[in-house]
Amino acid sequence: MSFKRPDGRKFDELRPMEAKAGVVKSADGSAMFKIGKTVAFATVRGPREMFPRFMKNPKKGVLRVYYQMMPFSGVGDRIRPGPNRRAKEISMVTENAFAEVIMLEDFPNAVVDVFIDIPQADAGTRCAGICAASIALADAGIPMKEMIAGIAPGRVGDTLLVDLDYAEEAFEDATVADVPMAITSRSGKVSLLQMDGELTQEQLKELIKKTKDACAKINEVQKKALKEKYEVPK
Amino acid sequence: MTESKLLVQDKQIVVPGEELAQGMDYLPSSGSYRDDNSIVSQVMGLVRIDGKVIKIIPLTGKYLPKRNDVIIAQVTDVAYSAWTLNTFSAYNAMLSLKEATSEYIEKGADLTKFYNIGDYIVVKITNVTSQKLIDVTMKGPGLRKLRKGRIFQVNSHKVPRIIGKQGSMVMVVKNHTNTQVTVGQNGVVWVYGEDPKMENLAEKAIKKIEAESHTDGLTDKMEKWLSGEVKK
Repeated sequence: MSFKRPDGRKFDELRPMEAKAGVVKSADGSAMFKIGKTVAFATVRGPREMFPRFMKNPKKGVLRVYYQMMPFSGVGDRIRPGPNRRAKEISMVTENAFAEVIMLEDFPNAVVDVFIDIPQADAGTRCAGICAASIALADAGIPMKEMIAGIAPGRVGDTLLVDLDYAEEAFEDATVADVPMAITSRSGKVSLLQMDGELTQEQLKELIKKTKDACAKINEVQKKALKEKYEVPK
Repeated sequence: MTESKLLVQDKQIVVPGEELAQGMDYLPSSGSYRDDNSIVSQVMGLVRIDGKVIKIIPLTGKYLPKRNDVIIAQVTDVAYSAWTLNTFSAYNAMLSLKEATSEYIEKGADLTKFYNIGDYIVVKITNVTSQKLIDVTMKGPGLRKLRKGRIFQVNSHKVPRIIGKQGSMVMVVKNHTNTQVTVGQNGVVWVYGEDPKMENLAEKAIKKIEAESHTDGLTDKMEKWLSGEVKK
C-alpha cells in the first residue's frame, strides 16, 4: 500500500514557494523565502570589521551564520530564544554549505554576518534558511561562484517523497527518514547532506536525483526574486 | 573544439552562477570567472560586453577601498599621533599627523582641535595593503574638513554616474541649485547651499540620478528636470 500525502501533493511536488529580496531596508542584503507554511528571513550585514578580533582570518573573509527559530514559530510550545544545540548545529552546517561557493578572498580580516530567522516553521527550516541566505548574500553583493538551493526529501514507509512537511516528518504509522540537502545551482554539487533515519543506497541515490530536479525549480524562484528587485521600470 | 557563443545581452541583469558565454574566445573580467569552457558571473549586476571582454558592473555591495580614490570619511577615534576614520567600507583608515596638516603641531597637543570625533573629512587614499590597512592623506586640492551642509549616502557603484564624464553631471546639479557638492568614491555625498530649499533639491536630484543611473541621456534629462524644479 502506498502512502498518501496529507496535503494531497504528488510524491515529487514541492509546496508553493515565494521569495522576495530586500525585505530588511537597513541591512546590506536581505531576503524572505517561503515554502508552504515554512518561512525564513535572512539578513546579511557586512563585509565589516570582525569582532572578536582573534577570530579574524588575515587570508580571507569569514562567513558567520546565526540561525534562530523565533519563540512563536513552532506548533505550540514557546521556543526558547538564543542559541541552543540544534540552532548552533544548523548555523554550522549552513556555513559549511556556503563555504564551497562564497568568494571572500577580497575581504581579509572582515566578516560577513548572516542572520537566519524562522518566524513560522513547518519542517524544512534549515533548507528554507539556506534558500533565503543565498538570495540575501547575492543581494548584498557578496561574490559567489553560484547560488545554493536546499530542500528536504525523505522516505515515509516505502515511499520516497520530496519536500517533507511536519505532518509527514512526524508520521507515526511508518518509519520515516528525512534528508535535508543543498545543491549548488550551476555545477549541481551537493553542499549539504544530513540524514535522519535509515535509507538503502539505492533510495539515497534516487533522492539525490529528485532533489537536484527540485533545487533547479527553487533556483528559478530565487533568480526571479533577485531580478525583480533590480529590474528596470520602463 | 566547440564554437564560442554569447549567452547574454549587454546591460542584462545577472545573478551569481549564471553562464555568460561559452568557448575560449571570450575573456572574463571583474565580476566574472572562467570555469572550464564557460564564463560565469560571480556577483549580482549588469553585464557589460566590451569586444571579447565580459564584465559585470555590480548593482549592490559595499565600497572596496582603492588607491588614489578621494573619499569622504568620518573620524571615529583620535589617537596620540593619528586619527582613525570610518570609510564606510569593511575597513577603517588611518590618517597620520604628518599627512593631516602642514601646520606645526607641538608634542602632546590636543588633536581634537584639528579633527574631532564625528567630523567628516575629504581624504585621498594613498595606500591599501594586502591586509587592507588604509593610509590616507589630506594634502592635495579639495581635501578638507567639511563644515555646515549635509551628508548622505548613495550606492558607491553609482558614483561614476553621479559625477558624470569629467564631472558633467555633478556640474549640472551644482549650477542649477547653486550649491556646493562633493561626492566621495565611497558613496558619501556632501551638499551645502545658502538656501536650504536648494540644498534639499540638490539631494533629491542626486538620489534621482542614483535611481535612474541605468538610463541613457540622463544628463540632458536631469538638466530639464532641475530647471523645472528650480522655477517652482
